[in-house]
Amino acid sequence: MAVLVSFDQVTKRFGDFTAVDGLSLDIHEREFFALLGPSGCGKTTLLRMLAGFEAPDGGRVTLAGQDLAGIPPYRRPVNMMFQSYALFPHMTVAGNVAFGLKQDGLARDEIAARVDEMLGLVQLRPLAARKPDQLSGGQRQRVALARSLAKRPKVLLLDEPLAALDRKLREETRFELKELQRRLATTFVIVTHDQDEAMSIADRIGVMNRGCLAQVGTPAEIYERPASRWVAGFVGDVNLIEGRVTAVYPSFVMVDRVGMRLRVAHAPVAPGPIAVALRPEKIRVSHAVPDGAFENGAAGTVADIGYLGTLSLYKVRLDDGLVLKAAVMNEQRAERPIHVNERVWLSWTPDAAVLLME
Amino acid sequence: MKRFGCTNLTALALGLAFLYLPIAVLVVNSFNDSRLVTVWAGASLRWYRELANDAAMLDAASVSFRVAFLSATAATILGTLAALALTRGGRFRGRLLFSGMIYAPLVMPEVITGLSLLLLFVAVEIDRGFWTIVIAHTTLTLCFVAVVVQSRLVTFDRSLEEAALDLGCPPLRTFLAVTLPLIWPAVASGWMLAFALSLDDLVIASFVSGPGATTLPLRIYSEVRLGVKPEINAVCTILIAVVALGLIAASLLTKRSASKAPLGARM
Repeated sequence: MAVLVSFDQVTKRFGDFTAVDGLSLDIHEREFFALLGPSGCGKTTLLRMLAGFEAPDGGRVTLAGQDLAGIPPYRRPVNMMFQSYALFPHMTVAGNVAFGLKQDGLARDEIAARVDEMLGLVQLRPLAARKPDQLSGGQRQRVALARSLAKRPKVLLLDEPLAALDRKLREETRFELKELQRRLATTFVIVTHDQDEAMSIADRIGVMNRGCLAQVGTPAEIYERPASRWVAGFVGDVNLIEGRVTAVYPSFVMVDRVGMRLRVAHAPVAPGPIAVALRPEKIRVSHAVPDGAFENGAAGTVADIGYLGTLSLYKVRLDDGLVLKAAVMNEQRAERPIHVNERVWLSWTPDAAVLLME
Repeated sequence: MKRFGCTNLTALALGLAFLYLPIAVLVVNSFNDSRLVTVWAGASLRWYRELANDAAMLDAASVSFRVAFLSATAATILGTLAALALTRGGRFRGRLLFSGMIYAPLVMPEVITGLSLLLLFVAVEIDRGFWTIVIAHTTLTLCFVAVVVQSRLVTFDRSLEEAALDLGCPPLRTFLAVTLPLIWPAVASGWMLAFALSLDDLVIASFVSGPGATTLPLRIYSEVRLGVKPEINAVCTILIAVVALGLIAASLLTKRSASKAPLGARM
């Protein structure tokens, strides 16, 4: 896919604080791209530089090959949906959606037709004459969406668009957004601190930390193959096991830590200190000694059990003191349930774990 | 509802009497038929009728209202711009000095403001009259407008303006289409405050007025020096009514804009 937005060595400072630090990133056409990171990581600043509200201190931002430097926000073919929605309280829903179209000097009937189309898109036609303070949170969110889409921007920027909604509505809206993006075939760039949101909505995710990109990839790549300890810890739940590579084979390596020897599927690496990331749901919990198929196993005592409905989370203290979390789907009622303080075996396959150099 | 005790009630009555008894005496006397202020001779609108035939007084009233209208309008424009510079300009060089200079007239003794303006007008050889009063009152009231508008602007959600810019609206049009409609209650209440202040100013007007431009307070003051005529009571009653209405309207508007502010912030 063709590159639409390109950040090239972009830096932004606020006084002594460096919000974005020499960051380079390409966003493709018709892609749903998520910028994910903890608060203060610079993701919103990056978005605001694309919208034109902040000017980079270094580097270039280009859109479809055009350098955006010096172009004010009101001349950029991008539109933004604000976290606070920023609906104009003195205008009706239709007036809000028409606002951007009026700036383009479109004919009156053309504006009316487009407003109607946009309100239809977000299913708000019956509320066109309402004022924003007569709407619910979810309705306001959809007005903001319709308003930012009305001008058919090349890129739609969404700054924490679902943060103000309650959980159930948020989850429904995610799929609506995804569906809308597919239907309009427009590039969406969303900023979020919610990893579930990023994972479920985006084609690709850029995980940001301290003004830099920690990893860029599809949700599955980021979850299954995190690039660093930090990404592994930030995206999803993870067990980090520190150890040393002691033996290297063509398709796997052996990692040793006190009292345990792990077999991890990986291309050859230099021997030395390393971390192994192991997702809780990839660990099997059993009373019996695991059979050879899993190849990695450790015995321990159940320290805590969290019952979460669809799955149960076991905290198991291994004999060497390391605590591992294991998540097990509650597919059927176990014949012999596992209790706290019981001895259990944990086991996992060589390709369940990931080696982390950083 | 909290019930007032006996002591509280007395204190309240005394306090209100202290504040409003003189005004009440004046208002009641304006309806007194007697020529003597101290003797009650029945209710009548006699002095209001006489007032209507007093050309000098009516002329002074007309000057006062025109001065108040023009100076309030000028002060509102300048004061709003000053408030915008203070809230939106960021940390520009000399911001503290600028804000100090905007607010200094609030606490400056009027005698000094009046005298300094008089010296200025003499120095640059401007003939004193109607326009010098307008200029002086603009200087006096500008800071009040700036205070009122600024207090609204600090609670204004800037993302509304950013949204307008983002939708292709240039900055000046954004101000007219989004900012101004949302802060107008504060701007209007600033205007009314400025209008009321200009209407009742005596000190500054006495320095900068010239022949042919006598404001109402000046006229009243000069008449009273020759003895209190009941007619003056009538003028003052009307003036009190106008100023009170202006202030009530201003406070209602401020209240409205304040109650709207958290809503704007919520969205």
